[in-house]
Amino acid sequence: MTTVYQQPGLSRRELLKRGAIGAALIIAGRAVISPDRAWGLEATSLKPDTVATLIRMARDTYPHDRLPDRFYAIAIKGHDTKSAEDEAYKALIEDGVADLDKRAGSVGYRGLGWEEERVAILRDIQDSKFFQTVRGDLVVSLYNQKEVWPFFGYEGEAFSKGGYIERGFDDIEWL
Amino acid sequence: MATQYQQDDDSVVVIIGSGAGGGTLGNELAQKGIDVVILEAGSRIEFEDFINDEWDAFAQLSWLDNRTTGGGWRITKDFPNLPAWIVKAVGGTTIHWAGASLRFHEHEFKALTTYGKIDGANLLDWPITLADLEPYYAKAEDKMGVTRTNDIAGLPGNNNFKVFKAGADKLGYKECHTGRMAINSAERDGRNACQQTGFCFQGCKWGAKWSTLYTEIPKGEETGKLEVRPNSHVVKIEHDVSGKVTGVVYADKDGNLHEQKARVVCVAGNSIESPRLLLNSASTMFPDGLANSSGQVGKNYMRHTTGSVYGVFEKPVHMYRGTTMAGIITDEARHDPSRGFAGGYELETLSLGLPFMAAFLDPGGWGRTFASAMDSYDHMAGMWIVGEDMPQEQNAIKLHAELKDQYGMPIPDVWFTDHANDEAMRNHAYKQGMALYEAVGATRTFPTPPYPSTHNLGTNRMSEKAEDGVVNKWGQTHDIKNLFVSDGSQFTTGAAVNPTLTIVALAIRQADYIAQEMAAGNI
Ligand SMILES: Cc1cc2nc3c(=O)[nH]c(=O)nc-3n(C[C@H](O)[C@H](O)[C@H](O)COP(=O)(O)OP(=O)(O)OC[C@H]3O[C@@H](n4cnc5c(N)ncnc54)[C@H](O)[C@@H]3O)c2cc1C
Ligand code: SF4
Repeated sequence: MTTVYQQPGLSRRELLKRGAIGAALIIAGRAVISPDRAWGLEATSLKPDTVATLIRMARDTYPHDRLPDRFYAIAIKGHDTKSAEDEAYKALIEDGVADLDKRAGSVGYRGLGWEEERVAILRDIQDSKFFQTVRGDLVVSLYNQKEVWPFFGYEGEAFSKGGYIERGFDDIEWL
Repeated sequence: MATQYQQDDDSVVVIIGSGAGGGTLGNELAQKGIDVVILEAGSRIEFEDFINDEWDAFAQLSWLDNRTTGGGWRITKDFPNLPAWIVKAVGGTTIHWAGASLRFHEHEFKALTTYGKIDGANLLDWPITLADLEPYYAKAEDKMGVTRTNDIAGLPGNNNFKVFKAGADKLGYKECHTGRMAINSAERDGRNACQQTGFCFQGCKWGAKWSTLYTEIPKGEETGKLEVRPNSHVVKIEHDVSGKVTGVVYADKDGNLHEQKARVVCVAGNSIESPRLLLNSASTMFPDGLANSSGQVGKNYMRHTTGSVYGVFEKPVHMYRGTTMAGIITDEARHDPSRGFAGGYELETLSLGLPFMAAFLDPGGWGRTFASAMDSYDHMAGMWIVGEDMPQEQNAIKLHAELKDQYGMPIPDVWFTDHANDEAMRNHAYKQGMALYEAVGATRTFPTPPYPSTHNLGTNRMSEKAEDGVVNKWGQTHDIKNLFVSDGSQFTTGAAVNPTLTIVALAIRQADYIAQEMAAGNI
């Protein structure tokens, strides 16, 4: 029998939530709030609009359609924290996001409806320090969240469970 | 309390580094009753404290002192300050290693004779043959508990191996099995059997995989003849007016400098730090660095022709479950120039966890192409290429002209560019690897570029003649009788095999020689 790894709980609520992916983030005061109000992120040093755009940009960079937005929000939070301590860093992020908006025209980056349109902008700036900084951070801050691992079928720590010797290290059936 | 030696005790053998070479040599000498001090830059972390988490373990164990890179390899762009992925801790890179333990093939000791002169390559025959090393290979295999030797059973195949084996059969490969691994398939030598945990690269928390940390080092300490001093970073080797080495200067954990006197000094800091230390020890008598009359110190840096292939399948694989590298195909290891390159390569199973897969699958990659590959993570199988690369003079560890480390010593600048032979071999291996997975139904395959170097070799190479290399057939420097090199930097050429078994065999052999020369009063 194939050993089934832990699935993230997919309740009815959760499934409904998935429908909300891609919908507009709400900005209220300094907070960025998910459309279904399931989570909110307080911007402490960056503009809330900038934070919302970073979340969108993060998903466009590593688009995993089954991953809820909150994981992207957690992944980009570090830029806000770091910006609070480092003016030059803050300028790099704010200017980078302002540039994305400028390139997007009157609707701004988040206002572009199609991923392809946004990605075309990212392709144009992919060698910039701004993009490289955000992407370089994201490849760790997104994929290193233990909570996202189940979405990819990765089980993480194994020692405390006795390894896989009794838990499917050789359970492949389809060969 | 383990033995402690005085810093002014000039009767001891000082070994710099406690990894595959240094840790083994230290125990071997101690078993013969010789007093040994191992100075190790990293701290001592016992196996219970290893972490089943890729980035946390990376932070805990890796050598992260600043390094720079240059040359044509892609690492310069993707990981400019991480040329090598190796360990700074007691046990050295035997904490990270996967355990694949293979002997060189006979012809690989005679690369120049077998392959002939190759443009741009600085090929040379080893001053020793397979026959010279065979008895020591046998001792090393027994010491390390290598499967498929000494009547030790092979490891069971995990999911990743099963896909690999099915593909090997389809392609008609004949030599495919779960490898010769220094991982216990059953309890042995007071250590556990492998529990198929899948974190071999993060340090084996079961102690099932051989590492000098919990084999050679405690065994040496038990004799009362070995002191391992952690957090002791050697910055310079000292010599007297006669040109003999007399001791080493090292920084303790607070950065304070000390001198440890020595009768003999053995350098085993891995192939980046060992030549760097010799170069940084330049003096008026040796203006180009110690043992560098040939000008070859730091040159001929090799890292094996590597690369990985991952395949995505319709159904799940869960490649990360179980041993990281217990699977090998040796059919391509032969020297067969009709394939368009000299030398050969092995294919070995490999898996990375999700965090490292993201970092290494296609460094710098992003967008849907990349993300959809990651979406298939649990449907992936993976393999690694390890082939012989060409020694080239311009591939070198140099001292950085401006940047200094925390002790004021120039940092290493690591230069590497593939030789055309390396590229031809890698492309051949990519093609075979992709065909193998496609033969079992892969819907997508990825030829993944080499990671930061895990095998680092050749920068103090062994040679018959003093003008061609740095050390003689015993690892003794041509220039200074009581100065030895005891790690992978001795390799004249790299062969198509993982290096550690050979490093260990050379260390056992060197211990015999050092003991004999000390007894004879020659050193
Ligand atoms: C992920 C990974 C997987 C691997 N898998 C395999 C495998 O399956 N099979 C195989 O054969 N090989 C494998 N290897 C390679 C193998 O680990 C190395 O080739 C081997 O450990 C090198 O031995 P060494 O003695 O040259 O250096 P190391 O084992 O790296 O030891 C060097 C030690 O010296 C210390 N040091 C350096 N400079 C100083 C200084 N100035 N003062 C004091 N101490 C210093 C370092 O901290 C380190 O502890 C793997 C390596 C990695 C990273
Ligand atoms: S798979 Fe085996 S050798 Fe590897 S870490 Fe786990 S127990 Fe150790």
